[in-house]
Amino acid sequence: MSEVLQNLVNQPYKHGFVTNIESDVAEKGLSEDTIRMISSKKNEPQWLLDFRLKSYQAWLKMEEPEWANIHYPKIDLQAISYFASPKQKPKLNSMDEVDPELLRTFEKLGVPLHERMALAGVAVDVIFDSVSVATTYKDRLAEVGIIFCSMSEAVHEHPELVQKYLGTVVPTGDNFFAALNSAVFTDGSFCFIPKGVKCPMDLSTYFRINTEETGQFERTLIVAEEGASVSYLEGCTAPAFSSNQLHAAVVELVALDDADIKYSTVQNWYAGDENGIGGVYNFVTKRGMAQGVNSRISWTQVETGSAITWKYPSVILRGDNSVGEFYSVAVTNHLQQADTGTKMVHIGKNTRSTIVSKGISAGRSNNSYRGLVKIGPPADGARNFSQCDSMLIGDQSGANTFPYIQVRNNSAIVEHEASTSKIGEDQLFYFAQRGIDAEAAVSMIINGFCKDVFQQLPMEFAVEATQLLGLKLEGSVG
Amino acid sequence: MIYQDSKTILEVRGLRATVNGIEILKGLDFTVKSGEVHAIMGPNGSGKSTFAKVLAGHSAYEVTAGTALFEGCNLFELEAEERARAGLFLGFQYPIEIPGVANSQFLRLTYNTMQVQRGNEELDPLEFDDLVREKMKLLEMSPDFLDRSVNEGFSGGEKKRNEILQMALLEPRLGVLDETDSGLDIDALSIVANGVNQLANKNDAIVLVTHYQRLLNYIVPDFVHVMDAGRITKTGGKDLALELEERGYDWIAAERQAASEAMAGEVVA
Repeated sequence: MSEVLQNLVNQPYKHGFVTNIESDVAEKGLSEDTIRMISSKKNEPQWLLDFRLKSYQAWLKMEEPEWANIHYPKIDLQAISYFASPKQKPKLNSMDEVDPELLRTFEKLGVPLHERMALAGVAVDVIFDSVSVATTYKDRLAEVGIIFCSMSEAVHEHPELVQKYLGTVVPTGDNFFAALNSAVFTDGSFCFIPKGVKCPMDLSTYFRINTEETGQFERTLIVAEEGASVSYLEGCTAPAFSSNQLHAAVVELVALDDADIKYSTVQNWYAGDENGIGGVYNFVTKRGMAQGVNSRISWTQVETGSAITWKYPSVILRGDNSVGEFYSVAVTNHLQQADTGTKMVHIGKNTRSTIVSKGISAGRSNNSYRGLVKIGPPADGARNFSQCDSMLIGDQSGANTFPYIQVRNNSAIVEHEASTSKIGEDQLFYFAQRGIDAEAAVSMIINGFCKDVFQQLPMEFAVEATQLLGLKLEGSVG
Repeated sequence: MIYQDSKTILEVRGLRATVNGIEILKGLDFTVKSGEVHAIMGPNGSGKSTFAKVLAGHSAYEVTAGTALFEGCNLFELEAEERARAGLFLGFQYPIEIPGVANSQFLRLTYNTMQVQRGNEELDPLEFDDLVREKMKLLEMSPDFLDRSVNEGFSGGEKKRNEILQMALLEPRLGVLDETDSGLDIDALSIVANGVNQLANKNDAIVLVTHYQRLLNYIVPDFVHVMDAGRITKTGGKDLALELEERGYDWIAAERQAASEAMAGEVVA
């Protein structure tokens, strides 16, 4: 790898800073007592405690999965503190009451909340170390009957809805990390779009891990009733810590008849330094249930951070004519490892799914696409189209594609296309000969490569994603 | 065209360069003045294309000796992109494909980079579109070139036209066109050559690197140089190209051999 490329990739993480806010941190370790403690601290109803304990029991019997193409030292789950909440006033009536230090953190991250509120019209549910500190635009959303609040709040104010849908898409015993999340999740977002309502604005959440060695177990649930539609944005950054942090979130989406849910993520957790020290372990279970007829669930993700990414946003296409989409850009650099993809499970008739995955590997990183397309016996006329493209930067990175296709219906049509390309010295020389430096060249090539995915993102996010990729790959090419 | 008041654009002295440790250029001298059109000819493997790439700063080649002054600056102290910004243009023998990057986007970025360098205003996409369409007429290119990925799926002729289009946009002081005629049919050759001829002017200079005399029927050079074994061994006017076409390259090597033997003989005597 030439020097130019190396300098480009070897940029330190630009969001690495720690906010000095007093945190209320629980003792390390996981036991039934820990779970009871979390539940009681959050003043939860009995059914939720039961849900947690049931998950915990299931989890105890499970093994950490080892099938993914990722390598890391065993995580000591007893060395993690399962609860941390910033010390501050419990109820906030306006943004003025939010800790100014907290607001400054968001400023540094380039998330000026006021500006977002005023200019972009985005309602931001700010999660700070597992607790929601400010929910905006709630009133306006409430006018049309939309509920958008923290999970803790939803548990108290809309228990019937939470109880009805929680764990229906990702069951308590689904997998090791999801079961762990179900047992110990602290907060997250809840979003409910009632029948026939088109959400008037993009809903957005910013996540951020702030207390060292605090595992984050976010829980998100989005329900769109008949004919409802919503676009949801999730963005993450995290400060630079030297020890690894586990992040095991669960996101569940439910779309009833004719409902439409679009879920977009830009993930930029701390990835560790250039020697692979530190960084977030991101083990996430995201799944959508396209339950109703003509329903549609679309995942778009831009994964640039985390030391390890283990994530397969999936869609179960249960309703007839339902549509599932997965658009992904995953970038790895230095010693990052990503094993990410999707599962499209076709059950309903004439169900359609589209998978577009773009993997970019730089440095000594390893980037795998793993995807399952499953067509069940009842899924007459099901169709899938998958496209998996990999791009290598430099000569020490790796890219893999693991497509699994299971078809049990003869009328199904499944297509899979894959390609691998490389940003070569010759391409960079061509740009250089036209006066364009390596950094701008890489940015242009990468953005061209990712175009099909970026154009799925809401505009504001698309700009952010483009910049993030540029930042991420600075110093990686040459 | 040779002008009385021309200025030196490029002056190369004693240039030696290696690739993978093998010496390809072995003491090359070459001077270009404003307004001039030069042709460098020579058999395969004589080092013509290497010379073009060394001038442009390709990292695979290492300069081991010699100097090159470009517009008074030491060329070898500049990075490849700095050389380009200083006005050195290389028309590639094999233009590189860049999938996913729209030609219009690429052309505008390179154009604006040069404009910034020259202290001019950048053009927005609409203004640039007007400009580029005008330049494309010169090369009889259809507008759909702009929407396609850079060189991807272009025919040989389309790629070469795209190179000349870039030269037309960037208006370099020195355009080095490496085997621009290779892979072109006679119609495409005439279009490309016509484009180059329209770009020739009093202030700038053009160097054609070519294996065949054919191109020189369309673009008439002021000087023809013969390159052999990493050096320029003979320089003449446009008639030299015709002679090469007729007699091949071997006689030059033989002539040089005889000359050096004669010289050796004198020394001994």
